[in-house]
Amino acid sequence: MSLRHEPLSEAAAARLVQAASLGGARLAIRGGGTRSLVQPPEEADILSTRGLAGIVDYTPAEMTMTVRVGTPLSEIVETLAENRQMLSFEPLDLRAALGTSGAPTIGGVFATNASGPRRFVAGAARDSLLGVRFVNGRGEIVKAGGRVMKNVTGLDLVKLLTGSQGSLALLTEVTFRVLPLPETALTVVVSGLDDGLAVAAMATAVSLSVEVSGAAHLPESVRGRFAGGVLPEGAATVFRLEGLAASVTARAEKLEAALARFGAVYRADAETTLTLWREIRDAAPYADGTARPLWRVSVGPTAGHQLVAALRLETGVDAFYDWQGGLVWLRMEADAEAELLRRYVRAVGGGHATLLRARPEVLCAVPVFEPQPEALAALEGRVKAAFDPSGVFVSRMVAE
Amino acid sequence: MLIICLIDEEVVKKKDHSGGRRIMQQIGFLAPRPGVLARREEIVADLADLLPEGCLVHEPRRLVPFETDAFVSYRRLPLAVALPETTQQVAAVLKYCHRYGIPVVPRGAGTSLSGGAIPQEDAVVLGLSKMSRILEVDFASRTATVEAGVTNLAISDAVSADGYFYAPDPSSQLACTIGGNIGMNSGGAHCLKYGVTTNNLLGVKLVLVDGTIVELGGKALDAPGLDLLGVVCGGEGQLGIVTEATVRLIARPEGARPVLFGFDSAEEAGACVADVIGAGIIPVAIEYMDKPAIEICEAFAKAGYPMDVEALLIVEVEGSEAEMDAMLAAIIEIARRHGVKVVKESQSAMEAALIWKGRKSAFGATGRIADYICMDGTVPLGQLPHVLRGTAEIVAKYGLRVANVFHAGDGNMHPLILFNANDPEDAARAEAAGNDILKLCVDVGGCLTGEHGVGIEKRDLMRHQYSEADLAQQMAVRAAFDPQWLLNPSKVFPLEGRPAA
Ligand SMILES: Cc1cc2nc3c(=O)[nH]c(=O)nc-3n(C[C@H](O)[C@H](O)[C@H](O)COP(=O)(O)OP(=O)(O)OC[C@H]3O[C@@H](n4cnc5c(N)ncnc54)[C@H](O)[C@@H]3O)c2cc1C
Repeated sequence: MSLRHEPLSEAAAARLVQAASLGGARLAIRGGGTRSLVQPPEEADILSTRGLAGIVDYTPAEMTMTVRVGTPLSEIVETLAENRQMLSFEPLDLRAALGTSGAPTIGGVFATNASGPRRFVAGAARDSLLGVRFVNGRGEIVKAGGRVMKNVTGLDLVKLLTGSQGSLALLTEVTFRVLPLPETALTVVVSGLDDGLAVAAMATAVSLSVEVSGAAHLPESVRGRFAGGVLPEGAATVFRLEGLAASVTARAEKLEAALARFGAVYRADAETTLTLWREIRDAAPYADGTARPLWRVSVGPTAGHQLVAALRLETGVDAFYDWQGGLVWLRMEADAEAELLRRYVRAVGGGHATLLRARPEVLCAVPVFEPQPEALAALEGRVKAAFDPSGVFVSRMVAE
Repeated sequence: MLIICLIDEEVVKKKDHSGGRRIMQQIGFLAPRPGVLARREEIVADLADLLPEGCLVHEPRRLVPFETDAFVSYRRLPLAVALPETTQQVAAVLKYCHRYGIPVVPRGAGTSLSGGAIPQEDAVVLGLSKMSRILEVDFASRTATVEAGVTNLAISDAVSADGYFYAPDPSSQLACTIGGNIGMNSGGAHCLKYGVTTNNLLGVKLVLVDGTIVELGGKALDAPGLDLLGVVCGGEGQLGIVTEATVRLIARPEGARPVLFGFDSAEEAGACVADVIGAGIIPVAIEYMDKPAIEICEAFAKAGYPMDVEALLIVEVEGSEAEMDAMLAAIIEIARRHGVKVVKESQSAMEAALIWKGRKSAFGATGRIADYICMDGTVPLGQLPHVLRGTAEIVAKYGLRVANVFHAGDGNMHPLILFNANDPEDAARAEAAGNDILKLCVDVGGCLTGEHGVGIEKRDLMRHQYSEADLAQQMAVRAAFDPQWLLNPSKVFPLEGRPAA
């Protein structure tokens, strides 16, 4: 049985990590536990960040917030909303899809670089994070970055730590930038496009100066499972526009005119837009109560549908596309097919596939993160050692 | 932990090549490795074997153009300059230098303002200037893949006919290379809305110090594994040599309009900037100029800047006519609350171009009237008025003059401290004033450099911003890429207190 530690301060966390490193113990960092479908290896204790919670500083006028990592995401989102602000990268909430419970923490959001539909134009979690405090594997308290928007003072360890999945260090405090909440939003829907045409329509939309903040394609197999089934019959290719009301309407007209040649065009209102894009963000159609393998695949925007078409010839898959076609949410009907999938990802120009859900024994057996080529794996190993020389932090991100 | 003590400690008084001026040299370099200097002839011969004709420079006279960058008060002649034409050649040179322990200094166009590209006597400069092809433009994916020696502006030029541009736009964009932009994580006037280099970079081909070629990222967003791309960007040539880059293209807005806002005081202008951003309005650019900068730039560009104000903001809005009008109206209302004296919209595309020409030539135009050093601290927006006042006090205390022209929207300040390089004491005073200003920036919650990089210029101030543990962590990461500290070794980290190679 693993022990569970819940330090109540950064200093206590540092002492704990230092003791672990000296004693040869291993720690698995856990935030809300919303992604933890499998238990960490038996020899590792759990290091929970829940005791490191609370908003440290929030200056709405400077558009920055500093919080301890164990702070629930919901608390942050609500506090920001009171000032009509938001996290621009739309952190995902995969609880329904993964069948987990618990409250996502902001530390977990940055440790997984979890970014939703706006990512393809507004950047990922890593682009919003300005500064961090962390405890490295020696138990030293270190800071990197700061709280200003532009900062090139020294190496950008902030980027390196974002998305490092607990493999390098225990984040204790994060400072990130926020953006104003858009006054309103609407969605332009083009109906009945096959995947290839949808990619062309999405490329057209982003080539216009209309600033779409979401471009997704929902094939007929999933369309009905979005927004309570209100989207028109047939596949739906959807485009989100956000901003001041007058500007959104003007841009919608321009976009609709340009997309009319692809198919029938509809408009969805602000309320539907809110639900729809939250569901796209969270892969809602695959919140199906099963353990069928769920993949999140990132490829070039024109390669996603080619990947799915190729896979379809060999195995049963269901898919929809975000990020202008470059993010593919894939549900395998039976086996995880990791090798097949990764071979095809390489064949369509490269990218990476992450296995988010499967039966526990599959998750343990399959490399859930994309394996790296040898030279990069070696480099990652050295970077890991630079933070955590004795290998205190267990994570499947960096090959050991 | 062992400490390297190979420091060129004496304060060297050195003859300046350009004007025979004598300049105080406060900043040291690592002492050259005697073993490398002694093998000079051999090394040159070996490198000549690795490179095609015309790709190696080694006669002292021809090395002079490579002895400094835009931080001109410091110079060192390198051992040789390699100008490879392919990634394979870059790899071959690195493999060789790695094997024999020869330092390598990567170089793009040499426009660094912090001395990032200044070589040292025992180093081979690896210049990317011959690798300047645009390899692929993919509009459907909104990406361009280019060689590292392509200039920043050449990317936008190559895609502008199709309605796209590459967003980060350093004022040096006509000359500086994408490889150098990645080295410094460069910014520019239009980064307020679109982000800096790191936010617009999707992938690189990188040659590691031992000659291994790796690819980080590509057309897919968020590369797998650790975000090595994120740390290579802004790595100041210490982590590897970028030979190719894939960058994000953006569709050009329907229209863009720069508008001039003149104020009676720096405080009012600074407070106006903070309120605009605080109100949730994010224009494409908010640039600031004080009176000396306005005078210098107006004399150069005849842009029609108002001359009877103490501070000027150039605010650029973009979108459709209606959107620009709406955003401008909101900004004008805020500016009124801060007593704006002049609001002047550009009346034509030509006038708009002149407004930007004036701003982008600010450094060059200043260079015509005096020697200057340019600081680059970033501060939280609420501190802008305070730091502007503090800057004026510091500069006055040293008996110098200053012109401020900077990216106000993201708090990235550029005080240009004017001095006379013929007077060594004046030069030393300018350096001291610059250091005081940067410390002030850090003390109010900002940082030493927002976009120009640490180089040698701010290296010895790093301890003002970072603790020993912070620096040790960064250096450990550096060593993970370059265990022997061969790549650009005199830069970024204070020379004392480094881990032993
Ligand atoms: C008049 C003027 C205006 C400027 N305006 C701005 C501005 O608005 N914004 C801004 O951010 N900067 C500005 N700069 C600074 C400078 O132009 C930038 O830092 C620029 O990115 C440097 O590019 P470069 O090609 O000249 O690189 P260099 O000066 O040659 O090199 C810069 C650094 O990158 C490293 N490097 C170069 N190429 C590579 C490579 N291929 N792989 C790895 N490392 C490499 C070098 O070792 C060095 O550390 C300005 C400079 C001048 C002179």
